[in-house]
Amino acid sequence: MSKTAERVSTQLKDPQNLLILLKEAQRRFGYLQQERLAELANSLGISISEVYGTATFYAFLATKPQGRNVIRICKSLPCFLKDSGLIIESVEQEIGIKPGGSTADGKFTFELTNCIGACDIAPAMMINDKVYGELTGRKISRILKACE
Amino acid sequence: MPEERIVLRNCDIIKPERIATYLARDGFKALSKARDMSADQVIEEIKASGLRGRGGAGFPCGLKWELARKSEGDEKYVICNADEGEVGTFKDRYILERDPFTLIEGMAIAGYAIGAKKSYIYLRAEYHYLLDSLVKAIGQARQKGFLDNFDIDIREGAGAYVCGEESALMDSIEGKRGEVRYRPPFPPTRGLWGKPTIINNVETLMNIPRIVLNGAPWFSRIGTERSKGTKVFSVSGDVKKPGVYELVLGSPLRELVEGLAVAERVKIVQVGGATGRIIPYSMIDTPLSFETILGAGAITVFDETRDTIDIVYKTMEFLAEESCGKCAPCREGTEVLVEIMGRFSRGEGESRDIIILGQLSQAMMLSSLCGLGQAAPTAVIDSLQYFKDDYGSRIGEKQGGVAG
Repeated sequence: MSKTAERVSTQLKDPQNLLILLKEAQRRFGYLQQERLAELANSLGISISEVYGTATFYAFLATKPQGRNVIRICKSLPCFLKDSGLIIESVEQEIGIKPGGSTADGKFTFELTNCIGACDIAPAMMINDKVYGELTGRKISRILKACE
Repeated sequence: MPEERIVLRNCDIIKPERIATYLARDGFKALSKARDMSADQVIEEIKASGLRGRGGAGFPCGLKWELARKSEGDEKYVICNADEGEVGTFKDRYILERDPFTLIEGMAIAGYAIGAKKSYIYLRAEYHYLLDSLVKAIGQARQKGFLDNFDIDIREGAGAYVCGEESALMDSIEGKRGEVRYRPPFPPTRGLWGKPTIINNVETLMNIPRIVLNGAPWFSRIGTERSKGTKVFSVSGDVKKPGVYELVLGSPLRELVEGLAVAERVKIVQVGGATGRIIPYSMIDTPLSFETILGAGAITVFDETRDTIDIVYKTMEFLAEESCGKCAPCREGTEVLVEIMGRFSRGEGESRDIIILGQLSQAMMLSSLCGLGQAAPTAVIDSLQYFKDDYGSRIGEKQGGVAG
């Protein structure tokens, strides 16, 4: 259960809440299905293309099914200098898929992401909301095995 | 020169979960003093200090506030830009983790100065794990009565570097794609929901309470002619001591990179992240200031084993991916720069590419809608100037023909 301080206006019909509602829908339903987008367009009184445009703009919003654990490894330069390539390979070996995919059992989605501001503990990654740094192959194994 | 911890004065000294520890160090005295002054007097103090924005653009803070104050209307907004997406920047994260109270006090003073009753902290999605402690800190300040007549809400991003650009940030708060706006009008005239708005970086706001408490002359005596105060830097890459360091503006890059972060056999320092400067080691004594080289504070160090072309290529990949797509110079230009740098990376560069890189860079700098597109060619331009031979050695045998 994720906590948010964002006070959603009691006027749910307000289009200014679109991004907040998209994130809420993703939290509840796992990802943003077409039906969810249509519902939002309807209740906010805006076009579905506008909803779709916003849903596909942001890297943390998903319009395809996602695993329970979304792994995001930083591919930016500071982490690259600290062998993020090795970390990417370690994850591939551990869960058997390449970046851009999800495991068949719905446990993991594997993505590469841009700088997450953890350069002092590079190489770094996020799994859902949590940041892990100073990664090694061994730590990857331990961290992923502990995921539910 | 050693570190000068002014912005960071409370970090690792106060407990961010206990406001009492902040109050014991002059906490909220500045806000009290500000409220005894007129709003115009507060703005004059900030103007006189010479404080410039710490998010990379360096716009005079007092002037920005004055413009918002002079705008008509009862509904105005203060936004703290905590999107911190520039590659290699983590100084705002460090600050938010350790001293949210100074930020809150700075925001409250800003609100008083421009006449805003509502404010937002725009927090990047990747910093979601900081949300709880920020909410609690705001709650404590409210409970103590410091935020009467001033709301601070938090809006989170959803993974978009361009939302660190102030106009795209506002569109994001309004629930839309983070697309850049045409200016004018500028935010202090018409910003969030069309109302007068100031957007300030975390570090900029962190400077406010001290300036109000100690007075503008105290601040303007520190730094250089056009860069007053200190700057917080985040150093990473080929260094023994990565981390956050605060230096008086005008300090030489060498002091930060070799002195504090302990780097050896340095080849390149990227100052200011993906849109920042590529500085060869020969220029390591360059002072860090707005009038020379600065940025938002990202300092990434590359040693002699690193490849110049690869650095520029990966930089362009990032920018092309993060472009909001609204204006053609950036949307199309970043893609072309990536394509060309990719070929150089594979040793398939052509000599006419050098001409294209130069012309395209000029066009993007002149005509892009925002700082992303305008500064996207920086790494290309700098590396062509200082590392021309690295390009030369990657020019392939096939020239002008289709890759076979």
